[in-house]
Amino acid sequence: MSLGKKLLAHLQVHLLGTGLLRFQRWNAELAQRRSKKKFGEHLAPPLHISARTKELIYRHYLMGRYAQGVKKVAWVTSGAPSELFRAMDFYVYYPENHSAVCGTMRQCVSLASYAEEAGYARDLCSYARTDIGAVLSGKTPVGRLPKPDVLMACTNICQTVLFWYRVLAQHFQVPLILIDTPFVYAQIEDHAVEYVKRQLEDAVSIVERIAGKPLKWSRLQKVTQLSKATSELWLEILYTARHVPAPLSVFDQFIQMAPIVEMRGEAYTVDFYASMLKELRQRVANGMGVVKDEKRRLLWDNLPIWFRLRWMAELLAERGAVLIASTYTHAWGELAPLIDAQRPLESAARVYLLPILNRSTGDKLRLMLEMVSQFQLHGVILHSDRSCKPYSLGQMDQRDRLIHEHRLPALLLEADHNDPRSFSEGQAVNQLQAFLEVLGV
Amino acid sequence: MADIVALGLDVGSTTTKIVGVDSLGEMTWHHLEKTEARLAPQLARLLALAQQHSATEHQIPLVSTGYGRNLVPDAGRRVTEITCHAHGVYRALGHGGSLVDIGGQDSKVILISSHGEVLDFSMSDKCAAGTGRFLENTAHRLGVNLETMGDLALQASQEVSISSTCTVFAETEVISLIANGVALECILKGLHRALVRRIVAMIRALGLIPPLILSGGVAWNKAVCAMLEEELEAKVILPEHPQLMGAYGAALLALKI
Repeated sequence: MSLGKKLLAHLQVHLLGTGLLRFQRWNAELAQRRSKKKFGEHLAPPLHISARTKELIYRHYLMGRYAQGVKKVAWVTSGAPSELFRAMDFYVYYPENHSAVCGTMRQCVSLASYAEEAGYARDLCSYARTDIGAVLSGKTPVGRLPKPDVLMACTNICQTVLFWYRVLAQHFQVPLILIDTPFVYAQIEDHAVEYVKRQLEDAVSIVERIAGKPLKWSRLQKVTQLSKATSELWLEILYTARHVPAPLSVFDQFIQMAPIVEMRGEAYTVDFYASMLKELRQRVANGMGVVKDEKRRLLWDNLPIWFRLRWMAELLAERGAVLIASTYTHAWGELAPLIDAQRPLESAARVYLLPILNRSTGDKLRLMLEMVSQFQLHGVILHSDRSCKPYSLGQMDQRDRLIHEHRLPALLLEADHNDPRSFSEGQAVNQLQAFLEVLGV
Repeated sequence: MADIVALGLDVGSTTTKIVGVDSLGEMTWHHLEKTEARLAPQLARLLALAQQHSATEHQIPLVSTGYGRNLVPDAGRRVTEITCHAHGVYRALGHGGSLVDIGGQDSKVILISSHGEVLDFSMSDKCAAGTGRFLENTAHRLGVNLETMGDLALQASQEVSISSTCTVFAETEVISLIANGVALECILKGLHRALVRRIVAMIRALGLIPPLILSGGVAWNKAVCAMLEEELEAKVILPEHPQLMGAYGAALLALKI
């Protein structure tokens, strides 16, 4: 770690960058307070916390830009136990989140084309293609990506990550730590927990070697405790949508989930979500709904269509429909009770074995039905995501059961989370509007 | 002069249909023509035509449907083809069932309850396979008339297998079959089979509620009807005006404005 780089990073990130971002946030907050302009005919104005979300995300990528030579860098999958790296003071970068940022900024196709030109098929996940394209081209809308010192792929979200991270390992010539998580068909088995725990123990020694220092267990416990607090707050935030009218929609959740994925285990993330919860409680107290005339409350299954968030929110809101809950955003909070800071590795083994994508399709159906009841929902939209096969698998059966066994209207909407070339607006509008007509709005 | 108290306008990707109904919901006037590239003047002309045929001078309530429904400025409501076809067919036939609407741009299967409500629906994928455009393109490639291609297909003594349901790839396959001297009728039968199998898969995915009803322009194609009956072992019922069912349903909804 050179002193010069450290000084430059301190100047750019902590003095200039942080100051500028804070100033921009204050300006945005002030403008929001003063603005009398209607946000939309059918939608409430964005949450005040959004200005802070933007600041946090920008700062995260700014830190990444100057991380090289200052901090060790780990690239990890969204379902990886990042607490380990956080406790060792790594800069943790999430290629999936970066791809989602590219998706919302409509940059997926231009980046993915670099991967496609290198021979990666269009049938592969659009996150993987966006990320590999960014790596091969060196282009990114966030400035510059830090080169990794180590990679960690956890197979609890899909098997694609294994091959994707092997590509990254070969490209960057850095070690890849693989955490293999056996699929949970019914109940979680002790031997599976033990198996994952042993891999985490092995990972600790590899990470220590790369960091050049030993792991402080008390620090890992502290980070785990902060992760737990963040997840608990996130769950409480999602539960505010049980109120009628709902103070936040799934579209808000998609945007506001960035810190829990990228920055969990940090004190400022806990503080951020505590403020967000306070704002939502105020909205509930004021009877303010995210859609001005809420008539139908819906569940969303699968990843978002990142490049069409606002468009879809408005399309639904026109008829008084709002997405209230989603299995995807719920996944970042539902396991909070299992996190045990006193036994960080064993609890991590349990928690990282149980994400929704590592559980059976029947279990997902059970969860959806629970959410329908808890959030008083009228129907379900299942996004059949061309890129995310593990999430989309089983949706036809889930839809059939929702309709025939539970008399719940359900729509299978074909799209892609990042690649607009796999999305047909005309047909999506027709399907969504016809579905709302079936729901009587 | 016709007794028109409400209008339904179905702006499809291939044809545009306009239907007038009386206060009892009976179809009293209709008109169909190809959808033009310049839609605004065409729609204005069609609405003026309806006004000319009606006994009233007041503006007639209008519901628009079809892919161009949002381009109709005078529409009191804009409703999807799914709801409109279901309304139209239920009123025309007096019962529910599984409605297959094969349109120019997509195909839909709509399950209609015994009370006329849409229970469930499915739409074809993001490509022209399994749509009227599939038949149009291949008819053009083979140089046969779209209206008679179904009859020709039924005359075939044998059937060739068209492995690709993709409209573009099917064309390539057809060229190769022609080059190999395969009889035109046999190719046509194979093409119809490819289309029908795709529709059948959609019906089976939703679960067939008898009877099977066909609407849309492709309903006139006898081979499609015969093959659907053969594949599903169910009788196909056609309303009197299968192409007008979307516009008719829209007009019925306009009665409630």
